Amino acid sequence: MSAPTPANPSSPAHPTKVNVRVLRQDGPGQPAYWERHQVDYEENMNVISVLQKIAAQAQTVDGKKVAPVAWECGCLEEVCGSCTMVINGRVRQSCSALVDSLLAENATEIELRPMEKYPVIRDLVVDRSRLFHALKRLQAWVPVDTYGHLGPGPRINRPQQEEMYPLSKCMSCGCCMDACPQYQKIELQRRPGESDEQYQRRKEAAYEQGFVGAAPISQVVLFNSHPTGKSIADGRLDALTETGGIQVCGNAQNCVAVCPKDIPLTKSIARAGRAATLHSIKRFLEK
Amino acid sequence: MADNQRVVIIGGGLAGLSATMKLCELGIPVDLISLTQVKRSHSVCAQGGINSCNEQTRQLGDSEWKHFDDTVYGGDFLQQQPPVKEMAYWAPKVIDLMDRLGVTFNRTFEGYLDRRRFGGTLYKRTAFAGATTGQQLLYALDEQVRRWETQGMVRKFEFWDFLGPVLDEEGRCVGAVAQDLVTMEIHAFPAAATIVASGGCGLIFGKSTMSVFCNGSAVSRCFQVGAKYGNPEFIQVHPTAIPGSDKLRLMSESARGEGGRVWVPRTPQDPRPPKQIPESERYYFLEERYPQYGNLVPRDIATREIFNICVNEGLSVEKGRMAVYLDLTHIPREELDRKLGGILEIYEKFQGVDPREQPMKIFPAVHYSMGGLWVDFAKSSDGGLQAGDPANQRTNIEGLYAIGECDYQYHGANRLGANSLLSCIFSGLFVGPCIQTYIKQSGGAAVTRTPSTLFDAAVSAQQKRHEDLLNCRGGENPYLLHQELGDVMTRAATVVRHNDQLDSAYAKVEELQQRAARASISDTGSWTNQNVVFTKALQDMFPVAKAILRGARLRDECRGAHYKPEFAMPSLTETDPEARRREAEQWCDRFEENNRRYLKSTIARWNGTDPDISYEDVDTSLIPPRPRLYGLVGAEIIEQVWRERQAKRKEQVATAGQ
Repeated sequence: MSAPTPANPSSPAHPTKVNVRVLRQDGPGQPAYWERHQVDYEENMNVISVLQKIAAQAQTVDGKKVAPVAWECGCLEEVCGSCTMVINGRVRQSCSALVDSLLAENATEIELRPMEKYPVIRDLVVDRSRLFHALKRLQAWVPVDTYGHLGPGPRINRPQQEEMYPLSKCMSCGCCMDACPQYQKIELQRRPGESDEQYQRRKEAAYEQGFVGAAPISQVVLFNSHPTGKSIADGRLDALTETGGIQVCGNAQNCVAVCPKDIPLTKSIARAGRAATLHSIKRFLEK
Repeated sequence: MADNQRVVIIGGGLAGLSATMKLCELGIPVDLISLTQVKRSHSVCAQGGINSCNEQTRQLGDSEWKHFDDTVYGGDFLQQQPPVKEMAYWAPKVIDLMDRLGVTFNRTFEGYLDRRRFGGTLYKRTAFAGATTGQQLLYALDEQVRRWETQGMVRKFEFWDFLGPVLDEEGRCVGAVAQDLVTMEIHAFPAAATIVASGGCGLIFGKSTMSVFCNGSAVSRCFQVGAKYGNPEFIQVHPTAIPGSDKLRLMSESARGEGGRVWVPRTPQDPRPPKQIPESERYYFLEERYPQYGNLVPRDIATREIFNICVNEGLSVEKGRMAVYLDLTHIPREELDRKLGGILEIYEKFQGVDPREQPMKIFPAVHYSMGGLWVDFAKSSDGGLQAGDPANQRTNIEGLYAIGECDYQYHGANRLGANSLLSCIFSGLFVGPCIQTYIKQSGGAAVTRTPSTLFDAAVSAQQKRHEDLLNCRGGENPYLLHQELGDVMTRAATVVRHNDQLDSAYAKVEELQQRAARASISDTGSWTNQNVVFTKALQDMFPVAKAILRGARLRDECRGAHYKPEFAMPSLTETDPEARRREAEQWCDRFEENNRRYLKSTIARWNGTDPDISYEDVDTSLIPPRPRLYGLVGAEIIEQVWRERQAKRKEQVATAGQ
């Protein structure tokens, strides 16, 4: 619906071309390689529009025909969490990564790499199933009795809602985990003859050995503070004190620095940490 | 939990997820197929809120009936009324449920749900969670579905593309065929019932406020095998979006609901910064022209006014680009952050300007498909829906259901803001028991009795399409064709429509469709091939694009979002009271004549190359259609004439009945 934006000839600072360097990989277990692309500059461009142009061109800066770079995207307005990648060395959403500010960081080129802590499926597409598995482990939901009509939910005062709302904005993009020094990549290869279910179970078992990460910990805080959600708080804290639980956090605080939604992750981790400690003591005394 | 009860659901937005959790609760297992992780579905983009009559509005005279009435009046009476009535009466219960599921709705100081006003109503019906209500609602449902997943009731197939329904020899739907977008393997999913909940089709217009998943392909694939498509020409263009090169980002109606004002400088392209332009030199055109509703007129009207002020009156705030101001700067910062934080951040992030300090620059964008797959309903004795009846939400193909944005029945010619989240969750919850009955009645027989050769054939047909495409070397670039399609559709079939333009657009779309059949695939690989998946979706956009254009071409009237100036109902011009009265009588005659002809659902059926259009009656048995008179000159006298006619008619009916 928008009328086309005319090029602004009065701003000579803008380049006519944008150089892009992409770290590609054809599939799991394949070698990664760099590829250079060049696209026409447009005002208000973001990394999504750069990748769209690369897909339409399907050739490198040297004119070599290549398959379009694979990447994930969805809403393009930073609420779905799809388009996470490492841009100029920093993990972030590609929709809100504006070309002008990237060029201000580095005028010669934009560098795109897949997230580091998740297995590459292809190019910039990674497998983030571990993140969603953590939400299962931690029972990140409100255990209601039924979906039938039982009247309104519990009353929640405004200050409490204002604490919970920022936590519930987490879009599972994975930035906080990708930047975390304690969150190590877990990558399995499918064995010959292994069924989908067997492979899935083996992956999940491996995930449960690794750190759950900041975002899922923050979800525990959210659900354990909900009047109905807290009825299974102990189960969540059990999971949070097992292998890969909150004790793995090394307090590097990278998570809160890269979160695109400004979620107070370190505050959540501190709160969850206190709750986990009390919970462990309680469990010890119960023995 | 026998496997012959398994239901396949296509799409994991609000509609698909609410149907999933409801079916699980009923003990029916679900296979959930989605183009992306369901948590990333387009519902996250819904910002403003969800409507229901509530305790506070009730005390001011509101009721479920009034919500129902506002919805059909706002939709220009094109909806089937029983489903809309049922939805309005369920609305308070839907919000109660979402509240119980932990949605972080904004609260009053005392801890009750806070509400705001939205367009097309005079009541504060809208519950909201900041300006990310859709995201919050979706997450609550996503969490419930995850809970069922851990109990083995749901199998998720995320990053899978629905390629089409599988029909048996009697034409019943017995499942679906879908493709794994990572491995590119194609599989059949036998199912006792199949539900399409795939959302809108904004990508047909190139850029819109929709996510990249909203390409309409799932609906098109049902349409192409015989499902009827209702009211295709009704496409909502949202009045306020942020222009962008990859997407037109929504600026929620809640910005106006919380007091945002739309204006342009009275001097065209006034070079002063907006805050330095004094009140007297600002033209608050919506407030001046629609004193009752002000900035909260229904969306179709706000959109046309903004379009008109820029295109015809030349008052765009910028030279060479169309935009008007949406101004929030008179509202305290703290209040803005609490109620609208999410959308203000989007503006700030993508435009680099703080909308708390500077008025935003906005322009309309394609936003919602009121039309969609035709679905049936079973009317109850009180005029609502018969709960648990398998006809509800069922397409004309037995065993194939449609819910959410991709069905056609809740919003008529124009959707009211904050009603979409409601229709998605309502239809998802409501369809559960209907499917349960269907499975009981059919005993899942359609699946168990279906020979596996039928599914094998369906898979091979899709396999062949896939491989033929990989081998296609026609030289056409699918991405550039998509841009062209978007340009054609945006020009001909959005805010203002003209028959000559619709005709030439149809010819152009036909040409593009033929070229798309000759697309060259730049990636011929067999692993995560997004190129071939996009091309397939593109090819399937054309049948829907053609239905939109043809539906619009044949509807020579103005109704809701469908606006043809040539057929607009005029304002009254006479000043002498008697002449004005006569003029109003004529106006009402014409209105009635027009309704006899066009107050019908457009029904498109695909004949293999083009859509055939026919019309079906609309059930207006509960609220008789009346003129939609927002802002029209002479509205009072027309309304008076109309009321007298209705009263007379009632009297006649009563006399005849004696």
